[in-house]
Amino acid sequence: MKYASEFRDPKAARAVLARIATVADQIGATREKPVHIMEICGGHTHAIFRYGLDKLVHEGVEFIHGPGCPVCVLPMARVDECVEIAKRPEVIFTTFGDAMRVPGTKKSLMQAKADGADIRMVYSPLDALELARRNPGREVVFFGLGFETTTPSTALAIQQAACESLSNFSVFCNHITVPEPIKALLDDPHMVLDGFIGPGHVSMVIGIHPYDFIAQDYGKPIVVAGFEPLDLLQSVLMVLEQIRDGRAEVENQYSRVVPEHGNPVSITAMADVYEKRPSFEWRGLGEIDASGLRIRAAYAAYDAEEKFGVGYAAGPRHVPEPEGCACGQVMTGRIKPTACPQFGKGCTPEMPLGALMVSSEGACAAYWQYGGARATEAAE
Amino acid sequence: MCLGIPGQIVAITDEPRMMALADVSGVRREVSVACVLDRPIGDLVGEWALIHVGFAMALIDADEAAKTLEALRDLGEAQEALEAMEEGAKALEADA
Ligand code: SF4
Repeated sequence: MKYASEFRDPKAARAVLARIATVADQIGATREKPVHIMEICGGHTHAIFRYGLDKLVHEGVEFIHGPGCPVCVLPMARVDECVEIAKRPEVIFTTFGDAMRVPGTKKSLMQAKADGADIRMVYSPLDALELARRNPGREVVFFGLGFETTTPSTALAIQQAACESLSNFSVFCNHITVPEPIKALLDDPHMVLDGFIGPGHVSMVIGIHPYDFIAQDYGKPIVVAGFEPLDLLQSVLMVLEQIRDGRAEVENQYSRVVPEHGNPVSITAMADVYEKRPSFEWRGLGEIDASGLRIRAAYAAYDAEEKFGVGYAAGPRHVPEPEGCACGQVMTGRIKPTACPQFGKGCTPEMPLGALMVSSEGACAAYWQYGGARATEAAE
Repeated sequence: MCLGIPGQIVAITDEPRMMALADVSGVRREVSVACVLDRPIGDLVGEWALIHVGFAMALIDADEAAKTLEALRDLGEAQEALEAMEEGAKALEADA
């Protein structure tokens, strides 16, 4: 693992770490009574482990890894529905590579592809659009997945398809939103959360105000952060200072990229194309009200659920998690990945049982890669 | 998938569709500039943008771009993004 030597500016990092220690002491945070800071975004989780920030910060600061990885929270039923659509002979199913290995009840997309389904990894929904233009005789379906960072790109692709009257393009929409699961976690009496690190690239799109409720209604500080180690450390410091000063505000550490009110073009496109689903299922977290988006009736021709009669269009359904999987508890910060009975046994990055082990941004994969697994092995 | 990668806009390829060519760490790829079109499209050439799944999502300065690229390389995310771009190109070629 690489520690401080890798910081772009080790001196600055040391200075911030020292200030974190001072403020943590002022608050009275200790290893036994730590301050719990949740980093919502899986990209942050990955960076925290990659740079060993969890070990560098004062021992009174404990990171709780949030549900902010769209691959990790993808429910099995949705993977099954992807496979169902992809199996149709007329369909070219397109997806981001990240989703290929997420297990469904019977198979992952990777296995479905090996079994002959025409599944292609694309970099952008624009690639899927181009495939539709080039293959007028086939149905091209794009697996729309991700939080507000990815959501506008799918919306703009749908608008473009409508503009060209492409009739063989549709989206299986699994876009989800960040604020609602945070609200669900804050309403959970078992959760102890003292502050949040907000996902920077989501706020690049939606701005910082969708988090106002965290500060105003729940009295918790949140700092929108960038992805460099120094960004994260500074954000931890800003959260601690708010706690020390008895403040609860939404602060923007990443203002060099994040505009206060987000990106107007993206926000307009999202409002035009999507509406909230009454509720949406999250792997490990269950149904959360208004946490998912569906395509508006005006764009029904581009909605794969309508077109193929699957998913929520076919009625609600739930598939239980695999036996012994503790993804839900890990994702709500109740246990560490190493406490899952399957960790490193029935569940490894090569043979993942839960989604948190699939994505490099998942907490279990991060523990496995950067210490957890090795620590466990060494102990055995 | 969730992190943007910096790229420099090097040419406009399709003005009505708001498409431009971006250079991402030496890999060239067509991207949409619809979200950052706060000026005449031609004036975007030479600008740096944070590119996310084929869309320029925010304009950033060259210094920020360099720092972000370095951080993404450390995280292995830069390589992932470049590989995803390559996969995307392959998915299209399959029918060409
Ligand atoms: S180790 Fe595997 S099964 Fe256990 S919580 Fe992590 S991803 Fe889920």
